[in-house]
Amino acid sequence: MIEIAVRVTNFRKQYGDFVAVDGISFEVRRGEIFGLLGPNGAGKTSTLETLEGLRRADGGTLSVMGIDPTREARKLRDIIGVQLQTSALPANMTVGEAMRFFCAYHGVPERPDLIRRMGLAEKTSAQYASLSTGQQRRLALALAIAHNPPVVFLDEPTAGLDVATRAELHEMVRELRAAGTTIVLATHDMAEAEKLCDRVAILLRGRIAAIGTPRELTATGSGLTKVSVRTESGSLTRLATALPGVRQQTVQEDYIVCFTTAIGPTLSAILAHIEAQGDSLVDLRVERPSLEERFLEITNAGGPR
Amino acid sequence: MRAFINHFAFEFRTGLRNKDLLLLNYLFPLGFYLMMGVMMGQINPLFVETMIPAMAIFAVLSATILGLPNPLVEAREGGIFRSFKINGVPAISILSIPALTTAFHAVIVAFVIALTGTPLFKAPAPVNWFAFALLCLLAAFTCAGVGALIGVISANTRVTILWSQLIYLPSIMLSGMMVPTTMLPAALRKVGLLLPPTYALHAFQGLSQGQATDVNPWAAVAILIAGGLLAFDMALYLFSWDRQNATRRGHPAMALIALVPYIVGALAF
Repeated sequence: MIEIAVRVTNFRKQYGDFVAVDGISFEVRRGEIFGLLGPNGAGKTSTLETLEGLRRADGGTLSVMGIDPTREARKLRDIIGVQLQTSALPANMTVGEAMRFFCAYHGVPERPDLIRRMGLAEKTSAQYASLSTGQQRRLALALAIAHNPPVVFLDEPTAGLDVATRAELHEMVRELRAAGTTIVLATHDMAEAEKLCDRVAILLRGRIAAIGTPRELTATGSGLTKVSVRTESGSLTRLATALPGVRQQTVQEDYIVCFTTAIGPTLSAILAHIEAQGDSLVDLRVERPSLEERFLEITNAGGPR
Repeated sequence: MRAFINHFAFEFRTGLRNKDLLLLNYLFPLGFYLMMGVMMGQINPLFVETMIPAMAIFAVLSATILGLPNPLVEAREGGIFRSFKINGVPAISILSIPALTTAFHAVIVAFVIALTGTPLFKAPAPVNWFAFALLCLLAAFTCAGVGALIGVISANTRVTILWSQLIYLPSIMLSGMMVPTTMLPAALRKVGLLLPPTYALHAFQGLSQGQATDVNPWAAVAILIAGGLLAFDMALYLFSWDRQNATRRGHPAMALIALVPYIVGALAF
């Protein structure tokens, strides 16, 4: 039986007349990484912050490990870890003090191992204001997981980070999942979501436009696979008949670029044509539709297809 | 308990690490004390009589009314309270622990003033040191309540300065710290009775300095306790965790309820 860690049912949140979240429902299974994707103002942060107990729902029900975030705020603190999109620590609080401070409030022993794991061992006595953005993010993650919460919420955890720090944080998130932690992640970064998430929900204007695994979502899009081919003498540019399955074909620099619904027959036809023409293959690239392309399809269309 | 000790230790260190707080907790009150000791002793010999309690109250005012509110506003606006909330730091700790550590700093300065006032400026030392210590703590508690309340109701640091000065400047002029209240016009004396330092000075004069006072010092103590409790209660009631989620339980004007004990005092004396 699949255990549900987070359940959101008909959740609604509004600010004055503006409806930020309009009756969404989803479940997050225990031990999975669930991504909330969407453009700015789609309702991701409102959803996360209500699950974290920072905001009150205007309708619907939410539960985290069976706990109502609004009514049982104290219990919630010990079962969730949160890395907020906008949060901070006192400027003069050192890394070591921050760890002692929050571990004490959670009633757990201090975690110097996490400080080392996050690469902050040399910064234990450094004040928060003197840390780089990446170090502040790593500290925030360390503090979020110091009490070993079963559910962790990460809101744009890698925003503004360099490539190396981003890769480190991704690795840490995978380690958390391997340890059985449920992770709910809000992000703008489609590549990040595609790499990390087991399932994602795309939010658009406060509603869920699509939900599923990244593979499922990309499969339900236009389904066009991009094939780029370059040959020695450019025989494909003189192609007289249409290739099987190809819906659209263009020439970009020395490449023939086609979008196909039937990748097998298309590739066979391309290779056969090259051989028949006495030409030879220089480069061949096949690109499956990405989550980003599917995301753009959905957001440009204003909703799911 | 471990959480309280950690939080207290951190806030206490902040009072020394943060340059603004170091200035308001120590440098400004001690500098002002030395300056007043040198100047006012020559201009107004009566000032020396109440110099030690007056300067102790000045130290309390600087630390609590000027020093306490701004960090509260900055922490709320900067999202620090959100981080605290999601990690289970209760609102009462956020308000009371900085107030306690600020009071602690103020008491240290008050004792420096009390111990040096006599040898440096021939100011009368407290006749009851125990009462002096307790009254320092009480004055700091009451003024910290007011400081916390200012921090809670202020939308930004500019407003904080306005509210703080509205208490701070009249307190210096009308509480008897600089000029005896008996020399003030009746109307201004009444205004002075709306301010906590006025009662603190009467309590110090009557209970730790062994001087005559025109307000019953025990009544002054009762008013300070009531004012402090009410100020902290209102601060806790009106506390909000962050500006993005600013649903308050009451209108900021409710902070005026904390004035009730002083209004009663003004009517009674």
